[in-house]
Amino acid sequence: MQKQHVVVRFCGDSGDGMQLTGTMFSSLSAILGNEISTLPDFPAEIRAPQGTLGGVSGFQVQLGTGVYTPGDQADVIVAMNAAALKVCALGSKFNQKGAQWEEKESMFKRDAVIIVDTDSLSAKDLEKALYQTDNPFTELGIPESVQIIPVALTQLTKEALKDMGLDNKSVLKSRNMFALGLVCWLFNRPVDKAVSFLEGKFQKKPQLIAPNVKVLTDGFNYGQNLAMNIQTMNVEKSNELPKGTYTSIAGNKATAWGLIAAAEKCGKRLFLGSYPITPATDIMHELAARKDMGVMVVQAEDEIAGVCTAIGAAFAGDLAATSTSGPGLSLKGEAIGLAVMAELPLVVIDVQRGGPSTGLPTKTEQTDLMQAIYGRNGECPAVVLAASSSANCFDYAYEAAKIALENMTPVVLLTDTYLANGTGLWRIPQLSELPEIKPQGVLEEHTGQYNPALRDERGVRYWAYPGMEGYEHRNIGLERDTKLGTISTNPENHQQMVLARQAKIDQVANRIPLLQVQGNANSDTLLIGWGSTEGHLHAAANELGCALAHFNYINPLPKNTEEVLSKYKRLIVCELNSGQFAGYLRSKIEGLHIEQYNEMTAQPFAVDRIVKAVNN
Amino acid sequence: MEASQFKSNQYVKFCPGCGDHAICMALQKAMAQVSVPTHQTVVISGIGCSSRMPHYLNTYGFNTIHGRGGAIATGVKTSHPELSVWQMTGDGDCLAIGGNHFIHELRRNVDLNICLFNNRIYGLTKGQYSPTSPKGFVSKSSPFGTVERPFIPAELVFGARGTFFARTLDVDMPTTVDCMVQGHQHKGASVIECLVNCVIFNNGTHNWIADREMRAERSIVLKHGEKMIFGKEKDKGLALDYSQGVIPQLIVVSADDERVLTHDATTPDPTLHRMLAMMGQENDTTQPIALGVIRNVEEEAYDTAVNQQINEVREKSKAKTFDQLTASLEQWEI
Repeated sequence: MQKQHVVVRFCGDSGDGMQLTGTMFSSLSAILGNEISTLPDFPAEIRAPQGTLGGVSGFQVQLGTGVYTPGDQADVIVAMNAAALKVCALGSKFNQKGAQWEEKESMFKRDAVIIVDTDSLSAKDLEKALYQTDNPFTELGIPESVQIIPVALTQLTKEALKDMGLDNKSVLKSRNMFALGLVCWLFNRPVDKAVSFLEGKFQKKPQLIAPNVKVLTDGFNYGQNLAMNIQTMNVEKSNELPKGTYTSIAGNKATAWGLIAAAEKCGKRLFLGSYPITPATDIMHELAARKDMGVMVVQAEDEIAGVCTAIGAAFAGDLAATSTSGPGLSLKGEAIGLAVMAELPLVVIDVQRGGPSTGLPTKTEQTDLMQAIYGRNGECPAVVLAASSSANCFDYAYEAAKIALENMTPVVLLTDTYLANGTGLWRIPQLSELPEIKPQGVLEEHTGQYNPALRDERGVRYWAYPGMEGYEHRNIGLERDTKLGTISTNPENHQQMVLARQAKIDQVANRIPLLQVQGNANSDTLLIGWGSTEGHLHAAANELGCALAHFNYINPLPKNTEEVLSKYKRLIVCELNSGQFAGYLRSKIEGLHIEQYNEMTAQPFAVDRIVKAVNN
Repeated sequence: MEASQFKSNQYVKFCPGCGDHAICMALQKAMAQVSVPTHQTVVISGIGCSSRMPHYLNTYGFNTIHGRGGAIATGVKTSHPELSVWQMTGDGDCLAIGGNHFIHELRRNVDLNICLFNNRIYGLTKGQYSPTSPKGFVSKSSPFGTVERPFIPAELVFGARGTFFARTLDVDMPTTVDCMVQGHQHKGASVIECLVNCVIFNNGTHNWIADREMRAERSIVLKHGEKMIFGKEKDKGLALDYSQGVIPQLIVVSADDERVLTHDATTPDPTLHRMLAMMGQENDTTQPIALGVIRNVEEEAYDTAVNQQINEVREKSKAKTFDQLTASLEQWEI
């Protein structure tokens, strides 16, 4: 069977290694030329009770060509236990008594293939997953068009490893490799590729190579010998990507590396002040591991200290950043205001999650937009950017650093759980091909005359920092005199300074790219989005035959925004909140008439739902 | 260097008679004495009367937001350990809103010189009780007297594993300058508690020792390696009394008593330092209050350790640049 793209979902207990299996299968597919987009979906609990519904961990990947999202529903499901089967079949209704398979709720399609471990469907397993009967497939109402491949995964894994002298726990842990082998067979992946990939993966734990390879190979061979009429699938290679060297990368890692590249490009040290918070912590992990690149990370005592240590490093001349999620951004608000007032370069990364308050820490949402733009006391403008794919988190982190250093301002970069944990293909750039970064400096004529209110023709203040002789000065969070840089409470002076701070942000619009329309530009309908929804909106626009305007630059907006929007009759802003960007656009463009499509489910969009909503 | 080199061109706006004037002069003298050039000296402050200090010093300075000076100073010093970094803070800024940053800069032992101006009142917000105001203190926000127990800053410093603690008095310039100089020389977080008078909202709060007549009798200036002797006639000394149960007590004895202790600020064990720092608090007239450098212990400073670790890892690693880093990734051609 030849397919343009397929969606595969690995689903099991949180201890079953589904994230690893999914990641390996995705990388393997990417190496073989597919585009990929992944979506890990794991519970907030580190280890929920084994076999229960709350402990189900999933990993979804779409592969093929023309892949923009991890896919709405799966073509292939790997269910490692009874609970996983139920969650996949019932979707968000998995907890409802007597719920049955419904097309719009289910995580898999009507004609999906399900590989299920029959050894994990015992009476005890079914009881743990709150089944009422002893036939899970009938009970769940899984349609007959779904093809079930029952496999005694546990037993077969045990057999595969019986001569390896491993303890029972290690044996059971290898079940996922059997499943991976089977999936490799299903997609006609050459098993030797998978084996060499495995060998690379376990380089540091060589004792694990042989057993894992054995189970993987047995899984693959089992597939070949299946006496069932299962058609294997061939997925098309990408024909859309530009030539280059690629890897697959998660959004948080890409964000971290964007900052590393920016620091090296401009010859500054990268400093991160941060405090652990889901789903942003991986940025700190990645940077803490990059001491080899000279990165300095301070794991601060709280969110406020995270941003404040970064402000200290910025004051001292570093490329400084802080990473957080929504609750942390709230805590950092006052200090970001200080960086605005003191006009220091600072990158603030907000990996958005479901809110308000503690909210849904592991889920995704676009609800911090207003907080990023306005969430500070006083009139406190900062640049706001939003990444729109896991891979371009790299580009926008780099861009955030560049704008901050060149314009002496905090830049808030919005990503979210979906981008942060999801992976996509990233064309690896050489440092030399990245745009130049020219941090603001001082003029020689300022020696002995310098004060922190001195600005260049763009309205950006000059930057002197400790260690520079003859540029000693006092910076402040208090209002400063427009000329002397010292404390001022003069009424006209304050008005001038409010305007100067705003003008400095506004002029950034002169150097950012113009808004480009994607899809069918001649359509009457324009979908509008920002941030992480680009993949879904792009795919939806393709299906609808309409145009898409997607924003990465939020504040300031691209200069041609009004011009682009005015060309279309029907404007629909689609976002994962109740209408923050729509409201923002209305406030910026007088008389703008826009429709909204909003989801507040703390889940990524589904292309299908967008298409239906626009057609209605 | 001269103290005048550290004076900025700003008119000093502390209230006439405020103890901060004296601290400002002491700072300029201390900075001149340690002679770190002005462009390598950084003064960070939060908010409050104390936090105005950077404006009056001709160094790099940053008057930031309430309570956060400690965290910002940590960022400056850690990223640039070659700088001499001072933090100006008060009893409200440091011990209330900034309490978390204060204990953690001490725990980490960041090489900062922290001048904690303790006037036992919120001055800039015009007269509310602070975390160091005595219980029962009447202020605008405690019209019937506070019912809170105060902090004793030294106790908090020891609790946070502080390596340097000194206490001084606004009217005692030589001791203040000496504490600041020693604080600068100490590698690690140095807390210099300056007891200052707020002439407007809490006038005379430290009079029981600020008054010249009383000071000699009610305070002792501790000096490392010297006998603990005090009194107008230098006739009194401090000794440990082991007769009052299991825990020895500090007692005042005659200066010629052979039990008079010699001050050792460098013992890692903080027990005696803590006892000395806790003497003579509040209405306890039986013991003098300790001034001078009470504790001065060398332990690895955070900023040094962080930079050292980076250098070590960097030296060992093969990938040192972005291109080398990406080359190590699993990758393929499309």
